[in-house]
Amino acid sequence: MPCDNCGADDPVVKLTRIENDEMRTLHLCRSCAAEKGVEGEAEYDGGPLAEFLAKMGGGFEPSSEKAEGAPSASGSVGCEFCGLTLRQFRDSGRLGCPHCWTAFESHLRGLLRRLQGSHQHAGKVYLSPDPTTPQRRKRLEGLKRKLERAIELEDFERAADLRDQIRELEPTNS
Amino acid sequence: MISDGSPLPSASGLAWLDASGERPDIVLSTRLRLARNVQGHAFGGRARVNDRAAVLEKVRDAAGRAPLLQGVSVVEISALPRRQARLLMERRLASRELLGSSDGDSRTGAAVVLSPDRPLSVMVNEEDHLRLQTIYSGLNLREAWNLVDSLDEEMGRELPLAYHPEFGFLTSCPTNVGTGLRASVLLHLPALVLTKEIGKVLQGLSQVGLTFRGLHGEGSEVVGNFFQLSNQTTLGRTEEDLVDHLERMVRQVIHYELQAREVLLRDAAAETEDKIWRAYGLLRYARSVSFDELMNLLSGVRLGVGLKLLPGLRVYPLNKIMVFTQPAHLEEVAGRGLSTAEADVHRATYVRRILANEGVVGTESGPGDSSPAADD
Repeated sequence: MPCDNCGADDPVVKLTRIENDEMRTLHLCRSCAAEKGVEGEAEYDGGPLAEFLAKMGGGFEPSSEKAEGAPSASGSVGCEFCGLTLRQFRDSGRLGCPHCWTAFESHLRGLLRRLQGSHQHAGKVYLSPDPTTPQRRKRLEGLKRKLERAIELEDFERAADLRDQIRELEPTNS
Repeated sequence: MISDGSPLPSASGLAWLDASGERPDIVLSTRLRLARNVQGHAFGGRARVNDRAAVLEKVRDAAGRAPLLQGVSVVEISALPRRQARLLMERRLASRELLGSSDGDSRTGAAVVLSPDRPLSVMVNEEDHLRLQTIYSGLNLREAWNLVDSLDEEMGRELPLAYHPEFGFLTSCPTNVGTGLRASVLLHLPALVLTKEIGKVLQGLSQVGLTFRGLHGEGSEVVGNFFQLSNQTTLGRTEEDLVDHLERMVRQVIHYELQAREVLLRDAAAETEDKIWRAYGLLRYARSVSFDELMNLLSGVRLGVGLKLLPGLRVYPLNKIMVFTQPAHLEEVAGRGLSTAEADVHRATYVRRILANEGVVGTESGPGDSSPAADD
């Protein structure tokens, strides 16, 4: 069967699309699939990102990097911990290590705003083994929010568990 | 206590097949996963062999102390025969990425932690160091969230996790950062497909921050009218918000599917009934069937069960067929590798046996049987 787009032999990608309420399947060769932004093995999470990054290439232009006060080199500045460069991140859509998140902080903030609509985590607060007072406070707020919800849902077992966690964290009045 | 290197427990990780919960003909399963990484090590793609081995050791230690993980097996991919590794993938306990190439070196540290008695598993050294996962039968988002959240608490107490006050839990891919939560529900929506309403529904869902994916057969084509709905964003909202939002939307989609079924019964009763019985007939008697064809026929039969047109048939055996007729499962039973043609024959045999055990369903009844029988 030839590629539905260019007629080349041996299409490798089947693209199922929903257009006008009809499901249509296209058989595409690798290069036509790439043109249409389909990744071959994009079965797991994260597939759309490379496509997104390719389309949003402008977001990583040196000018915007400068504007956000980041290094001005064209993607060659890297993470000091794992050596990943901005260019490599742009190509793969994957960060190399936890430190990359600090190294590329300003770029990531802009990217997350577009990708996720926000760059501020609002979910559970992790308490590192050696927490600071503000961390404890944030964690407590999160736990109390969860407790309210558990009570609302009449999930008393969970509420009891959360109360224990809160008690552990709350400053003792000694 | 944890056991090591043991062969794969034969039926582990399959509780989600049991068809419990409301509308099991529509809702197959609920899956939640949390992406987490350990401080001080490069993420999956850039992790060196040392990193991977160290992460696995740390996870093993932490698992040994986590109450929810008592009695788990830590199954290292590199120590598993290839077919057993594929079984894990076919049971949704391991991703293709985790199994990786057959090159043993690049798989150092890749492992799955399997709980013997809870619907919990952990992928270790995939794209992220940890993927905590739970799969429940039916629509069970809240219970699933409570369980995976508790496991996260236990693991976080034992392992220093990569966390940033602004970005939340740090992940390799920015689409997972923050909560690291992907909640998904696998839905069977044949009537929406048959009535051609599915496009509208899916389009609407993408506008409210949800993504959908088809269940893929041997190719990347959507087979069997299964759609997986999940949250698209992981940042900026609480986990509870994400889960509640998905639940509301899933309930809406179920409602649409039920409406579409009413339309089918009203406007195309004879056609629908014929389609269902043909699907049943083929599955009951075919001598060779590909996985994609099977999935499409099973969809018809599943719809028949939902519409009460196939009395006596339950959803559970249909779920079981879906998992146990995948290539690695068939080979495991056969005890050898199977060519595609051989697998098709083994598959048909398995399906006939399961359907025969279900007993004979009544052949001349059902609410859609309103038209007079052919002249005889």
